Amino acid sequence: MEIKNTCLHDRHLSLGAKMAPFAGYDMPIEYEGLDAEHKAVRSTCGIFDVSHMGEIDIKGKEALRFVNHIFTNDAATLVDGQAAYGMMTAFDGGTVDDLLVYRRTADDFMLVINAANIEKDITWIRSQATGYDVEVRDRCADYGQLAIQGTDSEKIIKDVLGLDGSDLGFYTFKTLHDGTILSRTGYTGEDGFEVYAAPGVIVEMWDKLIAAGVTPCGLGCRDTLRFEAGLPLYGDELADDITPLEAGLGMFVKLDKPEGFIGSDALAKQKAEGLRRKLVGLEIDSPATARHGFELIDMDGATVGYITTGYNSITVGKNIAFALVKAPYGAVGTKLQVRIRRKLAPAKVIKKRFYTPNYKK
Amino acid sequence: MSKIYYLPSHEYIKVEGETGYIGVSEYAAKELGAVTYVDMPEEGDEFAAGDEFGAIESRKAASDLFTPVSGVVLEINAELEDDPKLINNAPLEAWIIKVRITNPEELDSLMEEEEYAKFCETHK
Repeated sequence: MEIKNTCLHDRHLSLGAKMAPFAGYDMPIEYEGLDAEHKAVRSTCGIFDVSHMGEIDIKGKEALRFVNHIFTNDAATLVDGQAAYGMMTAFDGGTVDDLLVYRRTADDFMLVINAANIEKDITWIRSQATGYDVEVRDRCADYGQLAIQGTDSEKIIKDVLGLDGSDLGFYTFKTLHDGTILSRTGYTGEDGFEVYAAPGVIVEMWDKLIAAGVTPCGLGCRDTLRFEAGLPLYGDELADDITPLEAGLGMFVKLDKPEGFIGSDALAKQKAEGLRRKLVGLEIDSPATARHGFELIDMDGATVGYITTGYNSITVGKNIAFALVKAPYGAVGTKLQVRIRRKLAPAKVIKKRFYTPNYKK
Repeated sequence: MSKIYYLPSHEYIKVEGETGYIGVSEYAAKELGAVTYVDMPEEGDEFAAGDEFGAIESRKAASDLFTPVSGVVLEINAELEDDPKLINNAPLEAWIIKVRITNPEELDSLMEEEEYAKFCETHK
């Protein structure tokens, strides 16, 4: 596969970022260092190039009805200028992707999807749109995206970019005269904003923020931040063979929507029958980190699950992880073991939000 | 007088007579970022050249460690248990294991300093 660049690629190189391929893009993993970038977001502010994310417009008379057909959350409860997080599921309840749905108006929505799933999602959405009076438009090339995250974000976008976010509540957005979308959302567990704009506009904003001394942050700390805040990553906690209910995301799955949604029957059945596995938090009593795919073993030696994400947590200062385990092993306090290379490390099930987010109310 | 050799996977062995000190190169230490943990073998463990003898972890990832030559572990660097970042501070001082080299001829197939520097330059 050909590796693509975002509109900020040359900026990353000139800042000396450590680059690596991610979801088909050559992306910055870290600049000065993951830990410092993580702490900048937790304490003040950091900026991320997230232009690799995909944008799709759903427009037309039946836009709301169609979005609700493919989306687990309820877009009908949104007002214009409000966004919602949720998933698209397949007929078997497996997760196609997790996404944000932005309601501009009842006949104009924007979906923001994971870079790794862009082609799959567009094919899926188009294939489900037959019979609906909607237009599905791929807007990926039209938008760059910048995330400004951390408690100082509101002040920084005002001072440096002249953007007023003070009137935006969490998960609301506004469209500026040039089409730029300013959204009070993020993926770090902190207050912050995401800006969708033409690539040229994004580059200009980035340059101003860097010149003002704001910390550039790579995908390395994007992952440690979202992990501490208990937020899932598609490919780790969510996948085609993991349902949102198994991933503990039931609050974003509205099984009582009048017309249902693709996958709602399978999910209702899974809920009624009881989950066979669930996503849990783990604290690991070892200096070694349990990472994606490492096996979980019960005290009798039977394999009962696997790690989906694990880190030596910067904020918590311990080795912690998310794991998908057989349901009987999911209770807080359950003792398990993780196979870390040649050794078994003791682990204990804990609540999976390791860090209490500081969102704008 | 010691001499230093490298593997393409960025481990070094500093040789003093039949004793070798194995660690990771400055290049690797920089690439890894802050080291959070070093998974080490035990004294007396025996390895053949190219065997995995442990792992080094940073926040981001774990990388397996390979022995440049066959040997027996004489000592592990216990200081790294308390302070793994010693590897970032001075990788060539912060050796991970000390081994008795059992087949010195294997050293001939390793890269020497100049060759390794060129290797890093071309594999960026």
